[in-house]
Amino acid sequence: MRCGVVVFPGSNCDHDAYHVLKHVVGTPVEYIWHKATSLHRFDLIILPGGFSYGDYLRAGAVARFAPVMPEIIRYAERGGRLLGICNGFQILLEAGLLPGALIANHHLRFRCQDIYLRVANSRTPFTRAYQNGQVLKMPIAHYSGNYYADAETLRRLQEENLIAFQYCDRQGEVSASANPNGSQLNIAGIFNAQKNILGMMPHPERAAEKILGSEDGLGIFKSLVGYA
Amino acid sequence: MWKAKVIVTYKPGILDPEAKTIQHALQTLGYSTVEQLQAGRYFEVTFGAAVKKAAAQKQIQEIGTRILSNPVIQQFDYTLEECTG
Repeated sequence: MRCGVVVFPGSNCDHDAYHVLKHVVGTPVEYIWHKATSLHRFDLIILPGGFSYGDYLRAGAVARFAPVMPEIIRYAERGGRLLGICNGFQILLEAGLLPGALIANHHLRFRCQDIYLRVANSRTPFTRAYQNGQVLKMPIAHYSGNYYADAETLRRLQEENLIAFQYCDRQGEVSASANPNGSQLNIAGIFNAQKNILGMMPHPERAAEKILGSEDGLGIFKSLVGYA
Repeated sequence: MWKAKVIVTYKPGILDPEAKTIQHALQTLGYSTVEQLQAGRYFEVTFGAAVKKAAAQKQIQEIGTRILSNPVIQQFDYTLEECTG
């Protein structure tokens, strides 16, 4: 199992993801510089959170044209596992690797807080350590996390079980009051049709050790490492 | 030289929280005649002297679709005008 964490100018969760893989999960991991144009063989690549290129224009809009991206797109098209967290999710959407878009939170405030997530599909390489309906606690930290997709796309996401996580309350109820940003269907994370790409706004890498308040996010990394 | 003036807005039907907040602010300030407000972003893109009008048109179409807007949620419009330096 060989993992890579992409480093864009402005990434700030790259070290957290690296730390969890190397020191908590105990698997080989290396950084991938945004200017790299040829990649080693990887079993997992993470697009980390942060503010790549200052989030100028739109979050993720400039990063998707970074020199490393064509190689990452080829990797994903070959079935390589790709996880985008927060800004990484925004980049995946801008690059067209996942459907829909993320717009400003409906209340126009940056939200940095713990939230609850309901696991909507645990039968994937990213989520197999969880049970369907399991409630996870993880932090969010974003301004543009309001998931939008047209009605046809939302219907397809539901029919094909491509919703990974939905915002919920402590009891696991997916409700408007538990929605921290206005996302349609309370969507917090989605898969592509082949389920080798996951994009999510919450930060599992910040919730992978008890000392940090929650280790509910560790299941994603354990699912992936166990799968390879 | 050709200069493109590009305006990017949200597509109809997509709720723009920023526009909605500005609209509410206007109504709170007493501008009760305001019925609707749409927000957007404005760009001026000036091409080099060697670029002919048709080429500028083609490029601004491409730039608008690929970069300045996200076609999933946004639309763009532009005007092209001749300018000096």
